[in-house]
Amino acid sequence: MSVATAVDRPSPAKPTPSPPRRRPGRGQGTYLLFLLPGAVLLLAVVLVPFAMNVGISFTRWSGVGDPRWIGLENYRRLFADAAFWASFRHNVGLLVAMAVLPTAAGLLVAAALFDVVGKRFGPRAAGVLRACVYLPQVLPIAVAGIVWSWILAPRGGALNAFLDAVGLGSLARDWLGDPDIALYSVMGVLAWIQLGYPVVVFMAGMQRIDPVLHEAAELDGASWFGRFWHVTVPQIRPEAFVVLLTCSIAALKVFGPIYVLTGGGPGGATTVPSYSSFQNFFEKTQVGYGAAIATVLTVLVLVLTTAFLRVQNRGEER
Amino acid sequence: MATTARRRRDPAPHLVLWGLVALAAVMLVPFAIIVLNALKSPADYATSGPLSLPDEVHAQGIVDFWQRVDFGSKLLNSFVIAGSVAVLAVVVSVLNAYALGIGRIRGRLWVLTLFLIANTLPQEALVYPLYHLFKQVDLYDTRLGVIIVFTIVQAAFGTYLLASTLSGFPREVLEAARVDGANRWQVLVRIVVPISRPTLGVLFVFFFIWTWNEFLIPLVLLISDENQTVPVALGILQGQRMMDATTTSASALLGVLPAVVFFLFFQRTLTRGMTVGAVR
Repeated sequence: MSVATAVDRPSPAKPTPSPPRRRPGRGQGTYLLFLLPGAVLLLAVVLVPFAMNVGISFTRWSGVGDPRWIGLENYRRLFADAAFWASFRHNVGLLVAMAVLPTAAGLLVAAALFDVVGKRFGPRAAGVLRACVYLPQVLPIAVAGIVWSWILAPRGGALNAFLDAVGLGSLARDWLGDPDIALYSVMGVLAWIQLGYPVVVFMAGMQRIDPVLHEAAELDGASWFGRFWHVTVPQIRPEAFVVLLTCSIAALKVFGPIYVLTGGGPGGATTVPSYSSFQNFFEKTQVGYGAAIATVLTVLVLVLTTAFLRVQNRGEER
Repeated sequence: MATTARRRRDPAPHLVLWGLVALAAVMLVPFAIIVLNALKSPADYATSGPLSLPDEVHAQGIVDFWQRVDFGSKLLNSFVIAGSVAVLAVVVSVLNAYALGIGRIRGRLWVLTLFLIANTLPQEALVYPLYHLFKQVDLYDTRLGVIIVFTIVQAAFGTYLLASTLSGFPREVLEAARVDGANRWQVLVRIVVPISRPTLGVLFVFFFIWTWNEFLIPLVLLISDENQTVPVALGILQGQRMMDATTTSASALLGVLPAVVFFLFFQRTLTRGMTVGAVR
């Protein structure tokens, strides 16, 4: 899945293991039949292609003819490649923009919406504001990219026109074309896209918090921020954890916004691993090298997912 | 009550409200700018820039763009692909989850983990082999190929979610049906599916929108013009950087509209669905 889509996936619940029961009737044969279509598809569309990708990463291949086995050569080259490390540093920037920032800001916004707006001005007002914040989440990422690449255009772009209009014309920039700021512009766009997801999840989580906790803290003279920090934040930790991790995984897979906004440029200033694997596959026809990048990316994502499941399990055992 | 009286004199809630209204406005400004300029003539744009109101409503840019990219057929492709995937992925999810959550087949945790991995795997690690394999079996550049891929990608998530929901399915109901002589297929179709309908509805909506928004794999697999989806067609045009400002905003508006329609249509399901399974 590409970025945007990955971003907004609700995170799955852990299946509850329950003690095995004895059932009357035949064995498990017929149930396996139900699994057949899914298993065949999984094999053909995910497992075999992924194994092929790993295989290809040990070869030199232009996509036509026979791949030539070169062992770990692609990986050796990869880890020595400054551009590869730079692309990972950009990914860390995207991680801040898509996971850290939206989670932190989302907590504050959700608490303000839930505690203040919802209680003082009615759930309706809170609902409308929440919808406004969430709207960018449903946009196809490519479309969001088109919207922003035009707003951020150096000539005739809306942002520069706005700066001119309010007398700050000196701040006008080539937002996506200047290697020093392009990454920050992309980060801004991603944060705009992402914010709605944590807000919605956190607001739902806040309904779960026992109001008694807030009332007790209020009687103790706690300020709004004090209650936010000592009641809401600790109570909402499970949701925050889920959001942080799903967003981090999504940030590692960002492709669409880079493709549409900058094409990895200027001069590689916004390249990320997923984009450079795409370039190696289809533009540079260095399929083996692209496959190696994709494999490393996969390992990272799997490590994150495993860590996520581990911690989630531990949380449930407590 | 004392607290209420104190709160009423407190200006802070209003400040918070206005702060949030300002935030909402910032979130919406890009949409407003798009509408503003999509309805502007190129001449009007050239003289007064992107921030002014249009002199007159000029829908020609949208019409021209629609015809230029044959937007109707792109919409149809997106609908066919996202709709088929949503239906098929719900079916596959239910079948899988029935075997795993209710059938509790041996090794179910392993199978579930496999599906979870399938869902989190970066598509970059699948895209080249799929491209290569699909060329050999004539699925390359077909809508069917994309439908097959996303059916399992989405169903992997659905399986994971539904299996945990179904493992909590009331056993007495299942036993009762079995005593009445229902076989496993009948139990699934007549009992499990109708009872799980709300969750299946949420999954359907999410699968539809996620598939509609997919970019990388459709970009790679759907190379010819008549098969492309809305995001791919718009993304490619944008990538070529060949459009003037009003055409760009016309294209953006056409891309935004279906998303906004879905959003308004499914808002409840979306916000409810976000929390399904997030935390129990």
